[in-house]
Amino acid sequence: MINLNYLKEENIMKKVKKVVGTAASVLAAAAMVSSSAFAAETFLIGGIGPLTGSAASYGTSVMQGAQIAIDEINAAGGVTVGDTTYEFAMEFADDEASEEMAPQAYNSLMDQGINVVMGCVTSGACIAIVDQTYADGILQITPSGSAEGCIANDNAFRICFSDPEQGTAMADYMVNTMGITKIAVIYNAADEYSTGIQAAFEEQVAANGGEIVASEAFQTGDVDFNTQLTTIRGTDAEAIYVPAYYQDATYITSQAADMGMELPFFGSDGWDGVIATATDVANVEGCIFTSPFCASVDDPKVVAFVDAYEEAYGSTPDQFAADAYDTVYTFKAAMEQAGSIESADMIAAMTEITVEGLTGDSITFDESGAPVKDIRFVTVKDGAYAYVEE
Amino acid sequence: MKKNRKLIINGVLAVAVYVLVMVLVNTGMLTRQLMSLIIPCCTYTMLAVSLSLVVGFLGELSLGHAAFLSIGAYAGALVLKLELPIWIGLPAALLVGGAAAGILGVIIGMPVLRLRGDYLAIVTLGFGEIIKSVFNAMTPITGGAKGLSQIPLVTTYRNFTPVYILTVLTILVVAHLVNSRHGRAVCAIRDNYIAAEAVGIPVSRYKILAFVVAAVLAGMAGVVYAGNIGILKPTNFDYNTSIEILVMVVLGGMGNIGGTVAAALILRILPELLRNVSNYRMLIYAIALIAMMLFNNSSFKRTLVEKRNLRQAEKIQKEG
Repeated sequence: MINLNYLKEENIMKKVKKVVGTAASVLAAAAMVSSSAFAAETFLIGGIGPLTGSAASYGTSVMQGAQIAIDEINAAGGVTVGDTTYEFAMEFADDEASEEMAPQAYNSLMDQGINVVMGCVTSGACIAIVDQTYADGILQITPSGSAEGCIANDNAFRICFSDPEQGTAMADYMVNTMGITKIAVIYNAADEYSTGIQAAFEEQVAANGGEIVASEAFQTGDVDFNTQLTTIRGTDAEAIYVPAYYQDATYITSQAADMGMELPFFGSDGWDGVIATATDVANVEGCIFTSPFCASVDDPKVVAFVDAYEEAYGSTPDQFAADAYDTVYTFKAAMEQAGSIESADMIAAMTEITVEGLTGDSITFDESGAPVKDIRFVTVKDGAYAYVEE
Repeated sequence: MKKNRKLIINGVLAVAVYVLVMVLVNTGMLTRQLMSLIIPCCTYTMLAVSLSLVVGFLGELSLGHAAFLSIGAYAGALVLKLELPIWIGLPAALLVGGAAAGILGVIIGMPVLRLRGDYLAIVTLGFGEIIKSVFNAMTPITGGAKGLSQIPLVTTYRNFTPVYILTVLTILVVAHLVNSRHGRAVCAIRDNYIAAEAVGIPVSRYKILAFVVAAVLAGMAGVVYAGNIGILKPTNFDYNTSIEILVMVVLGGMGNIGGTVAAALILRILPELLRNVSNYRMLIYAIALIAMMLFNNSSFKRTLVEKRNLRQAEKIQKEG
């Protein structure tokens, strides 16, 4: 039977509209080809992190590291998905590393129509927005939020290692690879990063058959570690593990040297930067810490990034900048894999991509949203950082 | 008659604000950024108004208000985490949060309120730091430095009504307390401690009364805070938070509830409105703060206030 609906007026109108629409889009496409340099659409990344307050350096690093990647991608012609070429752009909102401010920062970015979220830089702030980003169904990748809760939802991924992963990796390295069995720990009890690593480390050391002979706590802002070091000297510890930031590591290593202790030091990625602050580099010579990125290693990718960063901002990039750089390239890979800029498609593509990053040679992501990449060990050799040869 | 009229005006104002916010939220006329500011505005209004009872009316400088906020937040959050139905869970959390803060207020108030002025300020400051350390150390219950997370979000802007009622109640409680016999006694202590004692006002009792009421209200604000953010970390309740609340009270004019509410709203909303100027945000915010403080203390403002009072007096005379 012939479908007479075909002749109905509104259907004809629809057809006319369709034809006109097609013609218009053909014209538009033609116009685009003629001026392709200007016609690229914008893919807006919403960055969230602290630009003010005590954690401002992390947020600033992330913003600058991401900008380097964005400039690189745009200079190379942007990202082509289907028929459309996208140029990356970034809006960065300050959350002061505060759980209170993060939702407001996130919502202000959503008002500006961001496509994806890069953030938050700090764990607590990140946890404060994960439920909202999940409800919005937007792809969220945190460069440096290392707490487990940051990627609890399906739409959230992270670039850095989680705190427990670092502790576990170091425990395996010290006990299994180095053969150290009696270990002392100095950690910051008021810091979630430090306690997160310390707990996993101690558990894994025990599981590997090692022994924690001393577990000494300190508080944020402490500068005198003689009590902890004296306690450790009274034990038969063979090495000291300090999951903390480089400022703490600086005090601890120099005071240990003053006390004449010669135990080897091991640390977490917070140690990056310790050479610059050490009163005497000899104090940290030979220490080994887990690190995703080290600015002074001889790798063409790293050298190119460090050069670009130093030229643009006049300072050496840290791991936060490298994490952010990888985050932007992860967005790019997800877009290309998904063939779409819709968050739902990109989220589905996340587990299928491989990113050649600064913080890992080939980073992939598992179902939980965690990155799969080799953990690296950095040592101080002749007063400079170097990867540990395995 | 005059008192009634004032009450009616305030009541109408409260309802008008409620209707306005509800309309704006439900018609989607607010940006998401402003929507996420609604609850923090309520929380800080409650905090500032409750602190103004101690600082503005009792005349004692307390730098530990964040401690009451935090104990209320943690206690309330633990109740909320039991996942009771909201109509019983939220009141229970508010009750527990308020009670925990109140009990702490008594414990702290007893020894501390023997002190005056600067001494009290320092002790409350130290007390705030102690509470923070305790939350850090009680890892099994509070999550320690990692924080207490996955708190059910029961007081987001979608549940504006109970939060707003609580905010209005806080203002009512403080306003009525101040205007009552007890409130006059509290103000008398502020104005002249020795005279108040001499006429037989039980100074210590009234000081503790004001302190505890402020603590309970701050504790309840803490529950709202917890239910809006979903994660609590001890570092969020350091002296900076206490100072921020104090700034609101001072900016609003000591012992001026309306002013305190206005200051709380301005200081919460201003940093968000300044996001456009990105790098200069905190600088401009700080300058605005200084400018407002200067204005508050200027002869220009005094002239304005005098003129207004004069006009009101004239109006009353005419009516009379």
